[in-house]
Amino acid sequence: MSQTGALMGFVHRRRRGAELFLLLLALLVGVGAYAAVGLGVEGTIPANVIGYGGWLTALVVAAHVAVRLVAPYADPVLLPLVAALNGLGLAVIHRIDLAEQESTFARQQLTWMTLGVVLFVATLFALRDHRSLQRFTYTSGLAGIVLLILPFLPLIGTTINGASIWIRLGPFSFQPGEVAKVLLVIAFSGYLVQHRDALALAGRRILFVDLPRGRDLGPILAMFTISMMILVLQNDLGSSLLFFGLFLVMLYVATERPGWLLVGGLLFVAGALAAYTFVGNVKNRFNFWLNPMDYYDASPGSGQLVEAMFGMGWGGLIGRGFGEGMPERVPYAESDFIVAAIGEELGLTAVMAVILCYGLIVERALRIALISRDGFGKLLAVGLGSVVALQVFVVIGGVTGLIPLTGLTTPFLSYGGSSLVANWVIVALLMRISDHARRPVPRMTPVDPEPDSETTQVVKLR
Amino acid sequence: MNKPIRTISIFCLLLFVALLLNATYLMYFRADELAADAKNRRIITAAFARERGAILVGKEPVARSVPSDDQYEFQRTYPQPLKYAPITGYFSYYSQTGIERSQNDVLSGDDSRLFVNRLVDMLSNTEPEGGNVELTINPAAQTAAFDGLQALPGAKGAVVALEPGTGKVLAMASTPTFDPNALASHDLGDVAAEAERLADDPNTPLINRAISTTLPPGSTFKLVTAAAAIESGDYDKDSLVPGGPTFQLPLSSTEVGNWQGGSCGASKITLTQALAVSCNVSFLSLANDLGIEAMTEQAEAFGFNSTSLEDLPGQARSLYPPDMDQAQTALSGIGQSSVTATPLQMAMVAAGIANDGEVMQPYLVDRVRAPNASLLDQTEPSTYSEAVSSSTADELTEMMVTTVDSGTAGAAAIEGVRVAGKTGTAQSTDDRPPYAWFVSFAPADDPQVAVAVMVEASETARDEIAGGALGGPIAKAVMEAVIAP
Repeated sequence: MSQTGALMGFVHRRRRGAELFLLLLALLVGVGAYAAVGLGVEGTIPANVIGYGGWLTALVVAAHVAVRLVAPYADPVLLPLVAALNGLGLAVIHRIDLAEQESTFARQQLTWMTLGVVLFVATLFALRDHRSLQRFTYTSGLAGIVLLILPFLPLIGTTINGASIWIRLGPFSFQPGEVAKVLLVIAFSGYLVQHRDALALAGRRILFVDLPRGRDLGPILAMFTISMMILVLQNDLGSSLLFFGLFLVMLYVATERPGWLLVGGLLFVAGALAAYTFVGNVKNRFNFWLNPMDYYDASPGSGQLVEAMFGMGWGGLIGRGFGEGMPERVPYAESDFIVAAIGEELGLTAVMAVILCYGLIVERALRIALISRDGFGKLLAVGLGSVVALQVFVVIGGVTGLIPLTGLTTPFLSYGGSSLVANWVIVALLMRISDHARRPVPRMTPVDPEPDSETTQVVKLR
Repeated sequence: MNKPIRTISIFCLLLFVALLLNATYLMYFRADELAADAKNRRIITAAFARERGAILVGKEPVARSVPSDDQYEFQRTYPQPLKYAPITGYFSYYSQTGIERSQNDVLSGDDSRLFVNRLVDMLSNTEPEGGNVELTINPAAQTAAFDGLQALPGAKGAVVALEPGTGKVLAMASTPTFDPNALASHDLGDVAAEAERLADDPNTPLINRAISTTLPPGSTFKLVTAAAAIESGDYDKDSLVPGGPTFQLPLSSTEVGNWQGGSCGASKITLTQALAVSCNVSFLSLANDLGIEAMTEQAEAFGFNSTSLEDLPGQARSLYPPDMDQAQTALSGIGQSSVTATPLQMAMVAAGIANDGEVMQPYLVDRVRAPNASLLDQTEPSTYSEAVSSSTADELTEMMVTTVDSGTAGAAAIEGVRVAGKTGTAQSTDDRPPYAWFVSFAPADDPQVAVAVMVEASETARDEIAGGALGGPIAKAVMEAVIAP
């Protein structure tokens, strides 16, 4: 493909200085928001702002130094975006802690962020070439499925708020789905890069749509089954939509055949309709979404969603200001509903800024996929980017009433260890792929096999 | 694989655009609708914490906000809680009633008349302050009304006093009453418990009986019957009407007698005398002769079958059903049958007669002032209806003066002042005592105050219950408070 060729001739600059500058801006967001919370809620800038700011700076600088050392060509925008979102999230969680008076979510979240940065650095150091992950295609697929099943196990599985997506080990609770998400992206990428030709080329054309062969429907049916199991057994429409949507996107990108989207989409709609009929929780969520005001006082009811909507409406364009709202009126404001808390106290402006930050992260991920020189890297980047996009859409869409509400975390913002750590690893993987993609090609010899199959001539035999 | 990646990019773009549009719709375009929702505690909590304007009687606040050092910045207090509760209502975290509710926009500072103040507050970044509401209440009359009701042991009743020429409500008392301070407390648990206790109280202290309780007005309704009679042109105050001991209801064998079985004197008496001794026979006969249409027209001219007071929520409609049969129509002439009235309605009847037949629109809010005390609005008196002609009003006044001077309403007589009055003792069911009514105005030549007193129940012995005995002294005290400063 000519464009890929042109890109290959183009030498990317490292732009580490730009990253450092953007990181300073991101730190300004995080530390500034923390100081503003103190000012708004308690009237003074908190005394520990130096220590807090210092710790946040140390984490961000550590990540930056690691990138300089082992991924010098990596995308310079991703890390600052993530640092800004994580910093803002910490400040908002701290704000809710102050309102609740007894919770210490912010402190724990800072610990999780530290662990996330450590894993980010560790991933960059340990994984020098993302293609080595391809060897773990089936291993990670199996591990991902095991993780998804873990919450059903009698001793460690726990049901919180009607969704069985947690496991508990001693004092720690953990959402294995968040880690499974990363593992499954790796597994899909490895599997699809191997089988894409069979999936793409065999099949027949019905009514302008190329439909895959029956036997190739195997993996899509398997994934559909897993998604529906999540939906029915875990009562979790969000995760189900996330996994199945992710698989469909990757299948479509790998095979370049929109027919997969059609088949998959129909399957999901059918499954969701069945779930609506047979699973009480799903039906409730739909009703709450359509008529939130009618179920305000019901139990289970839409009180949480309605309170969030009241809060966001009250926030309006520029918000009440830190400390001036009542985000604590929304249950789980620090995790699932953190966007509502941001909307109430910082207004539509901040909600838009947050959505745009996610949009930029997804845009960077898809850009990495475009310029990546190997199929596995492309699929991995597309998968990771789509996971973020879908998750953000499902969560923010749910909280603002665009789609039925589901209990997923907002990446980097929400309180939650498993989510934060998994998302930092996602960023590390994206950085690794982009470093590889942007790095100048060592020797431009024409004997190199063309990695992109689009230029490979395939003869269709019938 | 780049082509599908580009497609996916566009798909993701659409997802994010949908999020942005929906967030804008929710947080900007739906903001007002969400703020107006009754379930939205945020708005209420914010209002609860804000410095609210005062409700003033004369120069004295009967409701005001004082700084508080708990989670809300201001505490609503009611310095004379029991006396003014039926008027001010209460301002609790859960609901508002009375003036607190009807004037909420002014008191909270959200009223459009306070726009400039809000703008200044916003620019100077201070919390908006509410405006003040000045009531038409005369504090001496209010005290007389409240103390009068309190003096009757176990009384359930109400008093309304109006200024006949303007429609100003000079007094409005209702017992049993409640303490709005307990409902305005910041201890929300206590508030809920108190609200539940008040709601469960069989004596319904939360009801403002002056405007919300409708009962048969009994003989005080004879004023309306007499008004209809004189307005018909066939009668004047000296016309002879049937007297005697009983009246047989049309199309019925039921005979209705007079109060406590007496006779009205001769078999023909003057209309003045009929009113003075409250002769049932005369007014049953009059209502029967006038017919349902004339009676309905007259009752509605005084304000029956509709509402008139806009400053307080919860005014009940006083009823004169226009579809009664002949026997019921006759009975309606003495304020029985299906006729019901609020104390406010009967006060309007008295005030209309006092004001040359012109009923003024009753109102409670006299002036609205900005937080800096500048006048924002003053209520102008307006005519509610022309109930009777001036000459009819004069004749009725003379008849009522006779009723006080030498009839049943003697209890309201004031030394050196010509007082017009009418008693009423309405039958209810046999197992509960009758309702005592009293309406009056004074001075008869230049009326300054019209009063209606209603005592629904008290610990008075059954055979001692009469409108004159129970209501007369209260009405007298209220009138004296207004005319003898």
